[in-house]
Amino acid sequence: MKALTFAGVALTALLAGAGLASAKTLVYCSEGSPENFTPAINTTGTSFDAARPVYNRLTEFKRGTTDVVPGLAESWEVTDGGKTITFHLRKGVKFHSLKDFKPTRDFNADDVLFSFDRQWKEDNPYYKVSGGKYDYFNDMDMPKLLDSLEKTDDYTIVMKLKTPNVAILANLAMDFMAIGSKEYADFLLKKGTPEQFDQAPVGTGPFSFVSYQKDSVIRYKANKDFYGEKPLVDDLVFAITPDATARYAKLKAGECHVNAYPRPADLEEMEKDSTLKVINMPGLNVAYWAFNATKPPFDKKEVRQALSMAIDRDAIIKDVYLGAGSKATTLIPPTLWSFNDKIPDVPFDQEKAKAMLAAAGVKAPLDIDLWYMPVSRPYNPNGKRIGEMMQADLAKVGVNAKLITYEWGEYRKRLANGEQITGQYGWTGDNGDPDNFFFLRGCPGGKPGNSNPTKWCNAEFDELLEKARTLTNQADRAKLYSRMQEIEHDEAPELLLAHSIVFEAMRSNVTGYKQSPLGTIAFEGVDIQ
Amino acid sequence: MVAYFLRRIALTIPTFLALMFLTFAAIRLVPGDPVEVRTGEHGMSPERLAYFRHELGLDQPVWKQFLDYIWRLAHGDFGVSLSSQQKVVTEFLTLFPATLELSFFAMLFAIAIGVPAGALAAVKRGGFYDQALMTVSLFGYSMPIFWWGLLLIMFVSVRLGLLPVSGRIDLINYSFDQPTGFMTIDALLSDQPGAFLDALRHLILPAIVLGTVPLAVIARMTRSSMLEVLSEDYVRTARAKGLSPARVIGVHALRNALLPVVTVIGLSISGLMAGAVLTETIFSWPGVGHWLIDSIGRRDYPALQGGVLLISAVVVFVNLIVDLVYGVIDPRISHGR
Repeated sequence: MKALTFAGVALTALLAGAGLASAKTLVYCSEGSPENFTPAINTTGTSFDAARPVYNRLTEFKRGTTDVVPGLAESWEVTDGGKTITFHLRKGVKFHSLKDFKPTRDFNADDVLFSFDRQWKEDNPYYKVSGGKYDYFNDMDMPKLLDSLEKTDDYTIVMKLKTPNVAILANLAMDFMAIGSKEYADFLLKKGTPEQFDQAPVGTGPFSFVSYQKDSVIRYKANKDFYGEKPLVDDLVFAITPDATARYAKLKAGECHVNAYPRPADLEEMEKDSTLKVINMPGLNVAYWAFNATKPPFDKKEVRQALSMAIDRDAIIKDVYLGAGSKATTLIPPTLWSFNDKIPDVPFDQEKAKAMLAAAGVKAPLDIDLWYMPVSRPYNPNGKRIGEMMQADLAKVGVNAKLITYEWGEYRKRLANGEQITGQYGWTGDNGDPDNFFFLRGCPGGKPGNSNPTKWCNAEFDELLEKARTLTNQADRAKLYSRMQEIEHDEAPELLLAHSIVFEAMRSNVTGYKQSPLGTIAFEGVDIQ
Repeated sequence: MVAYFLRRIALTIPTFLALMFLTFAAIRLVPGDPVEVRTGEHGMSPERLAYFRHELGLDQPVWKQFLDYIWRLAHGDFGVSLSSQQKVVTEFLTLFPATLELSFFAMLFAIAIGVPAGALAAVKRGGFYDQALMTVSLFGYSMPIFWWGLLLIMFVSVRLGLLPVSGRIDLINYSFDQPTGFMTIDALLSDQPGAFLDALRHLILPAIVLGTVPLAVIARMTRSSMLEVLSEDYVRTARAKGLSPARVIGVHALRNALLPVVTVIGLSISGLMAGAVLTETIFSWPGVGHWLIDSIGRRDYPALQGGVLLISAVVVFVNLIVDLVYGVIDPRISHGR
């Protein structure tokens, strides 16, 4: 009996739990562990999210938009026809402290030079640290764009470019261009543990890094010295919760305040729950069906237009995206500046498609290859299912589509070489600059081995693309992009399928959270009521 | 005893060799190598692709890669994880205490309930309790872990709000260093009031989920083994001598009946490791199971190869211990050979 009583007391104590008072802590249920905390050597959104609270960049994206605003660079001037950019750095910006490192000086030009050189110059002592893969720096063509970077004084940096490209200002706001502390880097080099630079980050951002336990938790503290929008909570915690159902359960139970990547299947229930709120926005991506414009009959734009009309995209969005997708009318999602809202939707009209094919001299049945995506991507949840639906639609206009796919690496390679007649593909944007989408249809991308699977090359489109890179005024650039969207719509090098819709779920007492069209998360200015 | 011990250790060597080869080969049969799996729509220039393949030694013939791998292993070098750039052994040692702690509590749960429940069923053979236990244990045995875990979370944590959903500790109220990696011990060391109880609360559901299959197996095994023993002559003799039923069952019968149960417990350890992969995923438990799954996705060859080998070493070691315990419980085994 005694034992039973004891067990009962113990059980009650266990179930009752503890309710201790504490400082204001915001818990974000994240989807996985970061590879490390240096965005320059990472490629995954999970890793970028974990490092973002700690760091700043020369330029920043205004929270909740793709607008480029001053960051560690307070201002800049573009001269020399877009080939020289002079940055004026912010003064009095403090780096965070760690247990074993206390900064002795404020942020200055040396930190900027170091952060570039690590990714750019092989003789930088950090170039090889932690594997030394700078995928984004290379993917964004930084080595091809940059000519030189020099400091004229502690708070002025002059950047010279090989070719004019103002879109580089958006590149600088991307995670991989996070500015780290050179003093910290030197300190660790002397100590003989340079890899700590990537494990215990020191930055200038709204939150300072406290601790990280793999697959379990990342802790941050509010940086009271932060120069920008102040954090409103004292502590920020990433509770690493890989399973989406468990994340939802934790959110419901109040164990986290904001939830990464809710499952589309849970959304309806979440929206009904008054303790939760769900927000959504089109993702910075696009899925499309590319026609190889170098292979007959797809060298004729009428054939491309006709097949575009043959596909019932509403059905695809309903059945495959399960509502988490929106029909795309242009290459860029509507959240991006320069989106042309006058571009009409491609109608679903199979009769007209048949007539156009006949008029273009295509004899039925037309046999084509239809390559489908072998992997699920943010913009295309199920390439095979979409392929099958397209195949069925095409059969109705007298087109026999043979479904083909390869292993993902092979698929990309062959697509880039233009081996396909038609194929699914897509793009996830990087920096929110329209150039980061439209370059996909530039003539260089159409060359064998390059990333444009339509292999379409239009002189006017290409000229406008180049010209837009030299203009500094956003409104002037937007006009050119607007025209390019018209050309692309008319020429139909591809059928634009969809932009995904990104959902985020949180407790209804979370205030000030702004969803980003870039798909990034940020917690400065976020509070719990 | 020593000879027996040495013989058992020698027998593990071929197991390890086979394991090394299998993990090495299996991960390479999966399409996409660690370099390619990083590449998105941007693609990667052939020069950079070749450069990184060379850096990782992937441009070497496979047989040479395998020999290099064995050579490094022989020197105690498990390699460096491609994704985190940490030593595989370091990562394993950071994560393994969580798996061990969870497995320990799961086994504790399974044994503490399974053995008495099975023994009782044997004593009350054919009765309602016996039938009910056997039915329930059949359910337990066939329970899909994922479903069972989610069911418990939804009911106990979300609906009733009795226990936390997942994780190892309340992250809002407690924050302390983890010198041992065992949350219950670290919580005790932290001097933070309530931390230990909170760590236990976090262990309850995952331990139940992971312990359910072994519980069912142990209960059934104890029952059938007890039934056999209860009909033995010496039990009849003990009864005839007038010993109390508790003493007959608890001392004479149960001790002998436990022999096959100990074997089953040993065999369950490898099953526990497999179950831990799922349990850790559902409960966001930062252990090695979840880490391995991640490594497959990232084609992190060193992490996967090293991880599998280290876990296997643990399983082999535990089985060795079980064999030795077996020797202690039943002296015939070590002396007889």
